[in-house]
Amino acid sequence: MAQNMNELNNQNTVLSVRNVSMNFGGLRALSEVDLDVHPGEVVALIGPNGAGKTTFFNCITGIYTPTEGVVTAYPKTGKPRRINGMRTNLVCELGMARTFQNIRLFPSMTALENVMIGRHCRTKTGILGAVLRGSGTRREEQEVVDKSYEMLTKVGLEKLANEYSRNLPYGAQRRLEIARALATEPFLLLLDEPAAGMNPQETEELKQMVIRIREEFKVSVLLIEHDMKMVMSLSDRIYVMEYGRIISTGTPKEVSEDPQVIRAYLGEDDDA
Amino acid sequence: MVAANIIKHLKGALIASIWLAFLTLPIMVIRVDTVEKTVTWRWMHLAYMAVGSFVLAFIWNIFLERRDRGQAKKALETVERVSALSQFLSDPRFARPLMAFGFLVAAAFPWFFSMYQTNILVSALIYVVLGLGLNITVGLAGLLDLGYVAFYAVGAYTYALLNYHFHLGFWAVLPMGAVMGAFFGILLGFPVLRLRGDYLAIVTLGFGQIIRLVLENWSAFSFGPSGISNIDRPGLFGITYSVEQATTYMYYIMLALVVLTIFVTARLKDSRIGRAWLALREDEIACQAMGIDNTRAKLMAFALGATLASLMGVVFAAKTTFINPASFTFMESAMILAIVVLGGMGSVLGVILGAFMLMLLPEYLRAFSEYRMLIFGATMVLIMVFRPQGLVRAKRKVYKINTEAAG
Ligand SMILES: Nc1ncnc2c1ncn2[C@@H]1O[C@H](COP(=O)(O)OP(=O)(O)OP(=O)(O)O)[C@@H](O)[C@H]1O
Ligand SMILES: [Mg+2]
Repeated sequence: MAQNMNELNNQNTVLSVRNVSMNFGGLRALSEVDLDVHPGEVVALIGPNGAGKTTFFNCITGIYTPTEGVVTAYPKTGKPRRINGMRTNLVCELGMARTFQNIRLFPSMTALENVMIGRHCRTKTGILGAVLRGSGTRREEQEVVDKSYEMLTKVGLEKLANEYSRNLPYGAQRRLEIARALATEPFLLLLDEPAAGMNPQETEELKQMVIRIREEFKVSVLLIEHDMKMVMSLSDRIYVMEYGRIISTGTPKEVSEDPQVIRAYLGEDDDA
Repeated sequence: MVAANIIKHLKGALIASIWLAFLTLPIMVIRVDTVEKTVTWRWMHLAYMAVGSFVLAFIWNIFLERRDRGQAKKALETVERVSALSQFLSDPRFARPLMAFGFLVAAAFPWFFSMYQTNILVSALIYVVLGLGLNITVGLAGLLDLGYVAFYAVGAYTYALLNYHFHLGFWAVLPMGAVMGAFFGILLGFPVLRLRGDYLAIVTLGFGQIIRLVLENWSAFSFGPSGISNIDRPGLFGITYSVEQATTYMYYIMLALVVLTIFVTARLKDSRIGRAWLALREDEIACQAMGIDNTRAKLMAFALGATLASLMGVVFAAKTTFINPASFTFMESAMILAIVVLGGMGSVLGVILGAFMLMLLPEYLRAFSEYRMLIFGATMVLIMVFRPQGLVRAKRKVYKINTEAAG
């Protein structure tokens, strides 16, 4: 890992995963996974159902502690941090925000409030401040509202700001999760199947949105996705996972021509 | 369609009435006279039972269907409709004067009603604060605490013991009671941080029992089941006052504490902390993944709820001037929880209404003597069936967006 502190701010890595394995009892869900994300990149992680992709996200966001291996994050400012075993909320505070494969919004909060939750780790009003509601608290609160609303406009949900998130249409809920993650000011956005359940048109819009967000917020994106059209056109690099192992990596073109990948995907069909 | 439904309901009601008539046959129909050694069969009762239950079951079914139809319609609308009443209540132009009026009525109450009435109201106000306190833990943060009464006991014994041993007055102990409450709240909070739902409920239930058992059995410390008597009433600049005046004084102290509690909880609800609690309740994993320190949020919720309960404990000890462990049984916890659930989890107004209802209803139902608890129970069941979200549904704040700043 980088010993030279002067070089930290022009790192060419934002996330480095080395030799990570995850065992659930006897089940080896991940084995010796290596993965890197460079600044501004969109990296896709693909693989058949049950390959271990979501488990990988859980391992690098502190929801699980990997059995072996090292995960290192390189925030825009500050030292690189080893994040396996770190608490989930601290990983988020460090600047890695995620969405969930099965949407996990806060259903009885409004869309705006859902995004405001994302601002929590960037603000600091405590109990006393909230009760007294002095000028500092009011200013912070207003800033939270404004920033959150801005995030909603980025994902095209500003009209639904005061709707309960449980009442939003499915596609809107997925976009709301992205807005909520963005509100935490991440340097790396982790999207777990953001296009799942969307129709081709919504998927295309989502793709454009991810491109815009990457430009505007200068974030890197790590994406799990089954929609090959989206993956192939959106990602700079792809990792292919099967049975918890990375079996291939490279540009979309390289990966799609890799015989191992073709076997992994077509092999599935043969078995079925 | 409608006719088919009615026939379906009639059938359902018929089955229910036959079943109930059969079930109650031994107690309603057969009468054994052990002196005369005769058995009388009162078949008429069977008919009453059957007809009565048939009619009730039929009406019940129709109401249930209407409720379900209403819900189905609501589910179809993406925009949730707000009732005219709640819209009216949430408009500050009407809400503010209404609140001021309510406060004036409350302030004038002891001058127009008897000491007996005032006393009942003081108890009800204590439960308003207890309800609002538990509402933080259960309603906002979603941590099901079944041992809440333990913190109430902590406050009561803090005052009783400090008063007994060191002659400390009410006003000196009140802040200490708050600190003790927060301390015990965190003490309980730590071991249960990892627990959720049912597991949390059982551990907190145990905690409540432990505190009560300690108070009952550690006589050297707490004077056991006989309790502590002659606790001082709150001091008033050294003035001595009659029992009647004491009630009025207590009433105003409670009124002030209620207003303070409402202010605090209402402000917290729509603050950074309140939102974090709500997120914790809605989805613990997502909450933490969005950067909220679950541990902190939980401990804060426990501590704040416990602080309010402990404050009320101090007030309770000063009001009754006598306490013993019998005042702090699981029944109390259940009652406070019922206030929160019936009133509406997370809704400040709902919890206040719930407290008044559950505390005042049994008092004013005394006229119905033996049917009192029956009516009380039936009311609770009815509310839960027809308003599962509670009397007042918790609503989230609607933010006005400053579009210019947001750009
Ligand atoms: N907490 C857990 N305990 C035990 N096994 C688990 C756990 N989480 C995941 N697994 C197992 O790990 C394997 C990988 O699951 P994972 O959810 O990561 O797959 P995935 O690649 O995300 O699949 P999908 O495309 O269907 O989302 C599966 O066999 C799953 O059953
Ligand atoms: Mg998955």
